[in-house]
Amino acid sequence: MSERAIELEVLRYNPETDSAPRFQRYAIACPEEWVVLDALNHVKESVDPTLSYRWSCHMAVCGSCGMMINGEPKLACKAFLRDYDGVIRVEPLAHFPVERDLVTVIDDFMAKLARVRPYLMPKDAKAIEAGEYRQTPAELARFKRYSMCINCMLCYAACPEYALIPKYIGPAAIALAHRWNQDSRDGGREARQAEIAATEGAWECSFVGACSEVCPEHVDPAGAIQQVKIRSTVDWYTRHLMPWLKK
Amino acid sequence: MAEKVNHKPYARAVTSEWIFRHPRYVRYMVREFSCLFIGGWTLLMVWGLKQLAAGPDAWAAFLELLRSPASIVFHVLALAFAAYHSVTWFNLTPKALPLQRGEAFVPDAAIAGAHFGVWAALSLAMLYLAGAF
Amino acid sequence: METVTTDVAIIGAGGAGLRAAIALAQAAPSLRIALISKVYPMRSHTCAAEGGAAGVIKPDDSLEQHFEDTVGGGDWLSDQDAVDLFIREAPKELIQLEHWGCPWSREADGSVAVRPFGGMKKQRTWFAADKSGFHILHTLFQTSLQFASIQRFDEYYATDLLVDEGRCVGLVAIEMRSGQMRRFDARAVIVAGGGAGRMFPFTTNGAVKTGDGMALAYRAGVPLKDMEFVQYHPTGLPSTGTLLTEACRGEGGVLLNKDGRRFLQDYGMGPETPLGKPELKTMELGPRDRVSQAFWQEQKKGRMVATKWGECMLLDMRHLGEKKIDERLPLVRDMSISYMGVDPVKEPVPVRPVVHYMMGGIHTDINAATPLPGLFAAGECACVSINGANRLGSNSLTELLVFGRRAAQSAIEYVAQGGHPANGGALADAAQARLRELMQRTGGTETVAGLRKEMMQTMEEHAGIYRSGEGLAAACAKLAELRGRYTHIELHDKTNVYNTDLLQALELGSMLECAEAVVQSALARRESRGAHQRVDFTARDDAKYLRHSLAHYQGSQAPRVAYCDVVITRSKPGVRDYSGGHA
Repeated sequence: MSERAIELEVLRYNPETDSAPRFQRYAIACPEEWVVLDALNHVKESVDPTLSYRWSCHMAVCGSCGMMINGEPKLACKAFLRDYDGVIRVEPLAHFPVERDLVTVIDDFMAKLARVRPYLMPKDAKAIEAGEYRQTPAELARFKRYSMCINCMLCYAACPEYALIPKYIGPAAIALAHRWNQDSRDGGREARQAEIAATEGAWECSFVGACSEVCPEHVDPAGAIQQVKIRSTVDWYTRHLMPWLKK
Repeated sequence: MAEKVNHKPYARAVTSEWIFRHPRYVRYMVREFSCLFIGGWTLLMVWGLKQLAAGPDAWAAFLELLRSPASIVFHVLALAFAAYHSVTWFNLTPKALPLQRGEAFVPDAAIAGAHFGVWAALSLAMLYLAGAF
Repeated sequence: METVTTDVAIIGAGGAGLRAAIALAQAAPSLRIALISKVYPMRSHTCAAEGGAAGVIKPDDSLEQHFEDTVGGGDWLSDQDAVDLFIREAPKELIQLEHWGCPWSREADGSVAVRPFGGMKKQRTWFAADKSGFHILHTLFQTSLQFASIQRFDEYYATDLLVDEGRCVGLVAIEMRSGQMRRFDARAVIVAGGGAGRMFPFTTNGAVKTGDGMALAYRAGVPLKDMEFVQYHPTGLPSTGTLLTEACRGEGGVLLNKDGRRFLQDYGMGPETPLGKPELKTMELGPRDRVSQAFWQEQKKGRMVATKWGECMLLDMRHLGEKKIDERLPLVRDMSISYMGVDPVKEPVPVRPVVHYMMGGIHTDINAATPLPGLFAAGECACVSINGANRLGSNSLTELLVFGRRAAQSAIEYVAQGGHPANGGALADAAQARLRELMQRTGGTETVAGLRKEMMQTMEEHAGIYRSGEGLAAACAKLAELRGRYTHIELHDKTNVYNTDLLQALELGSMLECAEAVVQSALARRESRGAHQRVDFTARDDAKYLRHSLAHYQGSQAPRVAYCDVVITRSKPGVRDYSGGHA
């Protein structure tokens, strides 16, 4: 197994001892095929057990290990050492307060996720005994990609609007609302509009598109947001120019 | 364990350096910046209409202005920015207008391509009406 | 110590914990629910399950067949009354999930689709592409957001249950962000903390799977049942240990040795079925224990493929074609390419068995109640037992739903009985003192990483797919030693805010206790059954061991292993036959 000598420059912050974050360098030898997460685990096990970070599944499905790696939001379990040269800079996910080392405070995101009412509000009631709602593969395809979000928040770290306008609901939350809006079983679109069609909702987005570029699951939140904008606009015109259409 | 430990999250400052953090943000700002040229060109056209209404002398002066080196430079830049904006915009339209056929989606290239096609057709029509051929 | 007063506290917010919380909120809206988890709910390991959840739904299937497959798959160690209940409630729970918006994959006519899975005679595994666990978890989490009575405590690590006058009256937990201990006074507690696969070095399990829920109940006096039964999933990636779903084989993938031979036919799972046309319950769709054991035997004969990560077999999916792989196994393709540099469309993928699931766990009855009044348990951390000596793939996700809901129902009934207020104060203070001692300890000679490595090595060497009396005895001695040395750990990080050195030390403590229960139970069970295979006792011994093992905590001493009967109703122990030609 061939090894590589790598250097990690990792942001450290302990509120009990630091007034501001600082950087710490670790020089280690790693197998070539490792990812940054493996390197961090090695550091914690063999060099510095005080380093704190979140991780779990190591297969890009739990969304825990989002970090800035050389300034780009990435999942540490999918950032391959072979793709980097020189010193690798590892920082906590941008646009979130730093709790400790690479751990961020994600309260804002969790609150926003809940605000968009991301659950089924069935169009038609159905008893369990009556079996499943019918949903064709085509109807499933209509929302499938927007259901793949692992809540890793790389999109929030990439979005300059979220950085500059903290009230902005953000890509993942809007994409999730859109997922439910697009689900043929759901009748809750109007209920969600209050949040996602508000100023702090989709209209804060200026289609930078960075969110979709960094999304590890190809959810395409940027696309979801533009679709929400179009739908909301059509809604507005319909309501004001053709009020008789509103049931 | 200390009784009165409060966690003290650190909020990292956001400066305008974000624009240069990655080429995608530079490209975005260029795209947004294009509005200045497009807006400027629009104002120039409004000015031209005003000069047209003011009589043949004013109109001739306006045409002189258009032929000046500064104006040429401005128009070249405006055309470049407008084209950049249109190209980036058309390439993004498939995200905003997904067309589903059964389980599959119409390929992005087809949707963007359709926009380019209409743009080309309209441009040719404009040139024809303007007497270019 | 700051105290939270609630009605029902749930420890663990994965599939079982979330299902229990929703059931409580719906059935008893006036009850206060504290949903406590050491990670945010979306990070729970339920998200990593890929293949699907079993429930009888197709006309050619029957509850009786699901019963037979499960009981036989469990080598008759499953409690048959529990299995009966499980298979009956399974379809209802899966439809309920669908009614909450779970994006199950569909047939052309819009009905839910099912896929073949190992050890099942009929197709009954509901799936959502190859991210079924992910979709189930997110559907449950998002559904839970609509209930105001569910109050979440994210990133709180529970260290101790509080037991007063023979009843469970709450727990204490560390708030990770501040390092402060918080006491939760509850009228009932549901433990849904997951399994403990991280005690092994090669596992599909994520970092969170450290057996904390099991250890909590164990230390509070509840026995851990059938701990010796550890499931190896046959197809894990050798580089990372992460999972390639059984659905790879369900869709037609085959397992080859280094000569390109589908070697499973030499181990009682033949005759060879046509390529791309898997037959249920035979060859590559045999049960996990048999397939993993066949690997081990074949490896001993030197017929495995040598790779830089060790010896592997080959999972060949090329004949499925790109279209089918992208449609039904997209995550598998992505993982193989990313972590192995192998595209399953073009080449066979090297795989090996890795630890995946624990059949054993907190002893509960069929209503998810433990012997300790006020304490309930559900999910992988619990052992009802429906899985017996070996779990069939896709039964576990359904188990989370069925027993998550049952735990909630039992908790509601228990709370309704009323009772006098309890006082967990003294115990809470004791827990706080213990924590302080660990934090402030100096002159320690051990590290978390060092002891953890030794534990993993011991488990890998002596408690693997095949075990021996000698090896298990050595493991028991070693784990006793490690538990002793654990008291000499000194933390490198003695600060309070999000201290993961402390967290890992506490998790190690849980794993050591669970590991000791595993090896002691394994040593005591002198037979081979399901996933527990002994080279010195190769036959199944129903006369002596058609019983559950119960490991009772004895403090710093080794656990005492006792036995209790298995509930046998209509399926008498027979031969597990996975040879073909059963159509």
